[in-house]
Amino acid sequence: MRKILEILENDARATPKQIATMTGMSVAEVNNIIKKAEKKRVIVKYKTMINWEKVGHDEKVWAMIEVKMQPQKDVGFDSVAERIYRFPQVRTLYLVSGAYDLAVFVVGKTMQEVASFVSQKLAPLDGVQGTVTHFLLKRYKEDGEILDAGGEDRRLPLTI
Amino acid sequence: MKKCTTRRLDKVPPSGIRKFFDLISSMEGVISMGVGEPDFATPWHITEAAIHSLEQGFTMYTSNAGMLELRQELSAYLKRTYDLDYDPDTELLITSGVSEGLDLAVRAIIDPGNEVIMPDPAYVAYPACVLFADGVPVQVPTYCENDFRLPASDVEAAITPKTKAILIGYPANPTGAVMEMERLAEIADVARRRKLLVISDEIYNLLVYDMEPTCFACLPGMKDHTIMLGGFSKAYAMTGWRIGYAAARHEIIAAMTKIHQYAALCAPTMGQIAAIEALRSGEPEAKRMIEEYDRRRRVIVKGLNDMGLDCFEPRGAFYAFPSIRSTGMSSEEFAESLLMEEKVAVVPGTAFGKCGEGHVRCCYATSMSNIEEALNRMARFVHKHRPG
Repeated sequence: MRKILEILENDARATPKQIATMTGMSVAEVNNIIKKAEKKRVIVKYKTMINWEKVGHDEKVWAMIEVKMQPQKDVGFDSVAERIYRFPQVRTLYLVSGAYDLAVFVVGKTMQEVASFVSQKLAPLDGVQGTVTHFLLKRYKEDGEILDAGGEDRRLPLTI
Repeated sequence: MKKCTTRRLDKVPPSGIRKFFDLISSMEGVISMGVGEPDFATPWHITEAAIHSLEQGFTMYTSNAGMLELRQELSAYLKRTYDLDYDPDTELLITSGVSEGLDLAVRAIIDPGNEVIMPDPAYVAYPACVLFADGVPVQVPTYCENDFRLPASDVEAAITPKTKAILIGYPANPTGAVMEMERLAEIADVARRRKLLVISDEIYNLLVYDMEPTCFACLPGMKDHTIMLGGFSKAYAMTGWRIGYAAARHEIIAAMTKIHQYAALCAPTMGQIAAIEALRSGEPEAKRMIEEYDRRRRVIVKGLNDMGLDCFEPRGAFYAFPSIRSTGMSSEEFAESLLMEEKVAVVPGTAFGKCGEGHVRCCYATSMSNIEEALNRMARFVHKHRPG
């Protein structure tokens, strides 16, 4: 299972037939394992990583918001976290250790839109003690991929 | 003008890939399966260690034998990996890649006229180094039917009173063949009985699939009669750093160091520092690369066999060495036509010796998408040229 997941994590388009060849398993076996992993949500989703900046008219604004919380009895941070991640503007949400508690990645059309999301939706939530908003200026690397890597082969074309 | 170069050089044939190299350079859109090095960049932590050392001013010579710290790390590595004890002070030498190590080893032990037994096909430097030392390479044919293993009985049959050493390199370039420990033991038995030295090129030692790495010097009684050559180029994707090593008994290492100190002085300093980092913490990245090679290996071997090019399972290095006999072409014809018609570069097996005829070397150290596209093009080519 791990071998199959590693291949898919790197290339969601790898077909069961290709994976079978790469791992030495049968296609049926691979299909079976993938089906099970999907069912258990081990495989959450198949997506494509896109560098929208290269498309040219990416008007989206991203922000990382530090949220300091007062944990609540019995549920800790979970119930407020859920109220936050339900917003479609919230793309990523982590509970972190350190000076603040939740790291919230938010996307909007404009800075104003993000700012008003923070001031009107996020900050007033019960238990939220304070927020610090960082607007993203440049993306270098995301989820293990260097966005601007040339990737050209610098090797001599033929060597013994 | 009067010829000024030595007769010795004339014995070494010109490179079997020069023609192809020139052709490729004039073409666009070529997928090259003709390289002999990893497609990965050196793991960043290794590169970063070297950059840091440059910032700290480590830009001068090291001792001839190489930095003591590197030899100590290497000694510890050989101990934990193979349970071999090599004294970092007297039994290890850091070289500019295995290429230099091989040259030193041959020059240290070969007198003019001495014969060195080696497989055919083999890495091109094997016979060349022996010829440069005025020795005589004696190539023992190996065959696809036998997974390109070197039969000990054939080695023994090739021994004459002039034989000084056996030179082997498994996993092998160009075939991807391996020799399991029990097969190597048979070679060791011959070497022991006939009192021959063994030069074992183990540059691809970590690049093995579904088996444990082999090590010739581990065989009973062989440590003192083996010159082990190893390096960082392949497993750690460090070809350009030029760092290799030799491990052997003191007498041999001292002789090799004598040549090395005048011919090279020392291996590159920043490369040595990078190698220390590779030995200390390079294993996870090396493992990741090996796993990726293994996936590609399975894809290419299946692809070649599916299109009708018989390919034995290469269990080491990053080469597949399919037979192209079913096309009726020679290795050279196949490689040249494939390049011209489908823009896929492979190396004709004959570049590695007569026994490479009927085969081409396909390096799978390239991305999976390149491999798949190259296989598509090759399949089209093979189909088009199928006789009858």
